[in-house]
This record gives sequence, C-alpha cells and structure tokens, in this order.
Amino acid sequence: MKAPFALFRPAGRVGPVIIASVVVISIIVVSVFGTRLAMAQKEDAAGRRNRKSTYAALAEAPEKASEKKNPFEGDTQAVAAGGKLFEQHCADCHGSKAGGTRQGPSLLREEVQQATPGTMFWILTNGVVRRGMPVWSKLPEQERWQIVTFLQSLKIQSVTHNQ
Amino acid sequence: MVARIIPEPIRRNFPGLIALIFSLLFCRPSLVLAQESPYIVTYDHYLEEPGSLEVEYFSTFGTQRGGNDFDAFWTEFEYGATAWWTTELYVDGQTTFNDSTIFTGFRVENRFRLLQREHLVNPVLYIEYEQTSGADKILKEVEGHDVESDYADSNAVLRKEHDHELEMKLLLSSTFKGWNVAVNPIVTKNLLPSEPWEFAYAVGASRPLALKASPTRCNFCLENFIAGMEMYGGLGDTQSAGLHDTSHYLAPVVAWNLPSDWTFRLSSGFGLNDNSHRLLLRWGISREFSGFGEVVGRLFGGRP
Repeated sequence: MKAPFALFRPAGRVGPVIIASVVVISIIVVSVFGTRLAMAQKEDAAGRRNRKSTYAALAEAPEKASEKKNPFEGDTQAVAAGGKLFEQHCADCHGSKAGGTRQGPSLLREEVQQATPGTMFWILTNGVVRRGMPVWSKLPEQERWQIVTFLQSLKIQSVTHNQ
Repeated sequence: MVARIIPEPIRRNFPGLIALIFSLLFCRPSLVLAQESPYIVTYDHYLEEPGSLEVEYFSTFGTQRGGNDFDAFWTEFEYGATAWWTTELYVDGQTTFNDSTIFTGFRVENRFRLLQREHLVNPVLYIEYEQTSGADKILKEVEGHDVESDYADSNAVLRKEHDHELEMKLLLSSTFKGWNVAVNPIVTKNLLPSEPWEFAYAVGASRPLALKASPTRCNFCLENFIAGMEMYGGLGDTQSAGLHDTSHYLAPVVAWNLPSDWTFRLSSGFGLNDNSHRLLLRWGISREFSGFGEVVGRLFGGRP
C-alpha cells in the first residue's frame, strides 16, 4: 500500500493532474465554506442584528478619535478623490451609491450620516473585523480622510434630496 | 474513472463551473484597486478582503555558482474567507537552464488576524504546510542553514529529496504616516522526527510614492506605486543556531497597483554573503476577483 504522501509525490506524469484537481477543489471548498459562513451571518433576523451591530460599532470610537477634525473639510478636490477611492475600495460591499448591499450596510443611514468625521475615520482605520469589514489602514491617512470627505458630501446630497 | 472521483455536487454543477471560469476570464473588470504591498517574501498584517480571490503568478530568476542558473515560479490562489482569516494555496515549479523544467510541490497556508482593531503593532499568525521536493527553488523563505550550494545539483538529483514541512510565522506589522514596517520571525519543522527546528527572518519597509489620491482615475499616478526594501535570511536551527552557514538577501521592491485591479511587482535581491545567490530577480503579476466567494456560493445553492 502506498503511503498517503506518495499520492502527491511531486514527480512523474500524474503530479500536475492531481495538483490541478487539488487547486480547483480547494478553491471551491474554501469559497463555498466561506460564502456559506458569510451568508449564514446574513440570514434575516441575524442579518438585522448584524447590521445593528455594525452601526453600533460607530459608538465604540474613542472620544479623542471622534473629535478629530477632517483636514479636507469642504475641499471639492478631496470629494472627487474620495469618490474615486470609494468606488475602488468600498463600492463592492456598500454599493456604488453607498446605499448598501448584502455584504455591507448603507452609509446613507442616519447612524452614519450623523457620525462625526473623526468617527468615520476611526471606523475606516479599524474596520469592524468581527462583522466582516476589513481594516483600511493600508490606505494612507490622507486617502482615508478623502473618503470621509466624500461620505460627508453624501450627507449634504441626501439632505438636499430629502428637502 | 474521472467521473467517479468527482463528488456529486460538483458534477451536478459542472455547467455552472464552466460558466464561472468563463466569467472570471472574460468578465468586465471591476473598479476594485488592489492596493497590494510590494513585498514578495515579507508579509504585512493586511489580509485578503472577505469573499475576494486573488490569483498571483511569481517568477524568480536566480544565479547559481557551481551549477546552472534557474527560473523558479509559483502560482498563488489567495482567498479571504473572513475579515480575520485568509487561506492560500501555492503551486511551485522551476526551470533549471541546460537541465529541465519540473513541478516541485505545493503549499497550503492560513493567516489569522489575532486582534480586532489596529494597534501600534499588529500580529497575524501564519501557518503553512508544504510538500515540496529538494528541487524547489522559489526561495520564498530562506531558512536555517539554506545556502547557495544546496541548489547546485541537477534536477534529477534534487527531486529525489521530499520535504514535508510545517512552517509558522508571527507577522508583526505597523503602519504609520504612510510607512509600513513588517517583521516576520519564522520557525520551520520538517515533519521527520530526526530533523531540527529551523529559524529564519524577513523584514520589510515600504511607502506609497504619494499619500494623497488624485481626483481622476489614472494608471501612472504616484499613488499607484509603492516602493520599499526587504531583507530575509536564515538563522540556523536547534542543533546549530546562529549566523554561520546561512544566507541573507537585501531586495529593493516596488509594486504598481492598476485601477483595473491588476498588480505588478518587481524585486531584485542581492546576496549579502558568500553563501547567498548573487542575484534573485523576482517579478509577479496578480489580479483580484472581488465577490468571487458569493458567485461560487450561488452556484452551489446559496441564496441569490
């Protein structure tokens, strides 16, 4: 009987076929498992709880962080740049108009729009890892503020729209 | 025969799988910018976004004293299972000039984020199982007493050795004022009981060329380029710890992140002592497929 590892011995003609199978099956298994895990979190009631918890994360921002001022406040260039960054990094989960998708909550909701720029910046930096939002500190600080500026401009837009 | 070994759910969804592969190959690129770090050996603490699949191809040209130069290559499939867990599969191969091209093994790796929030230093646990032959030359890690002369034999000789190793790294990384600094202590154990634990390190620092984004979409803006330096090498093993008979490399690195979610990386590693290859010229290309997990999940019965 062959040892288990002998099946995968990286030599001979059978190697690439087995490895190709391992690649395809691994991707499928991990994808299905990961997606099921994510979908399970988004089942109706649980999904509502999840969204509430996601918004509740806004309240976790330390006071000092919440009070930080946006260095780009009112800067139209920053709004444009932030819009570009939002489209590149955030729109997949939060929707191209920030209205939310199955993956991420709406950023037009009152909870977000009433948050201070410092709070938005803090959430962007720290993510909400347990709820699926990754940390975005890999974006330089200025770029994160540009995204916040863009989100603040949505606030003005949504207020205008409501009026 | 093939039909018998493929599980029923996969056979049933075979047309869907074909459609998925075609959609990956021919779908309109989204506007997701990968924003990948330039490191090829060192890891920072950033994981793959949940549900995204990143497919990467890397190549390492290495000079070899006392043997033939080589080009080692590997493909990575990196999937963000959650915001705190990324899983990855590597498939390795190499061409030794004037010798042959061979498949050299595979690796399965998992990275776990240990803390929920950002801190001054952010730890990530890295665990890898690898099953490679002695002919594996990707030099993704330089461990223990790995030296240049280990790779001088022909492929026919080197491939007779089979390594089953468990590798653990603590990825410590910090980002401040646009700079990322990452330090990776590495411990490796060949699963043969007689083999010692081996030690290694990788450190890196990098920074985007511009810290502020421009308002328009562009390929050549400075913000799309990240440059840095990494250094890696072996630190001996439990039987003989220390820097004697170890090799070390210093490598400038650069990454170019395109708005079409492609990333190019380039690195030229220079050997720092006589035990090191004189040059390891590496390049890589990668593409991120966001929402991949959801697409696959739907094919296998997930809710639309």
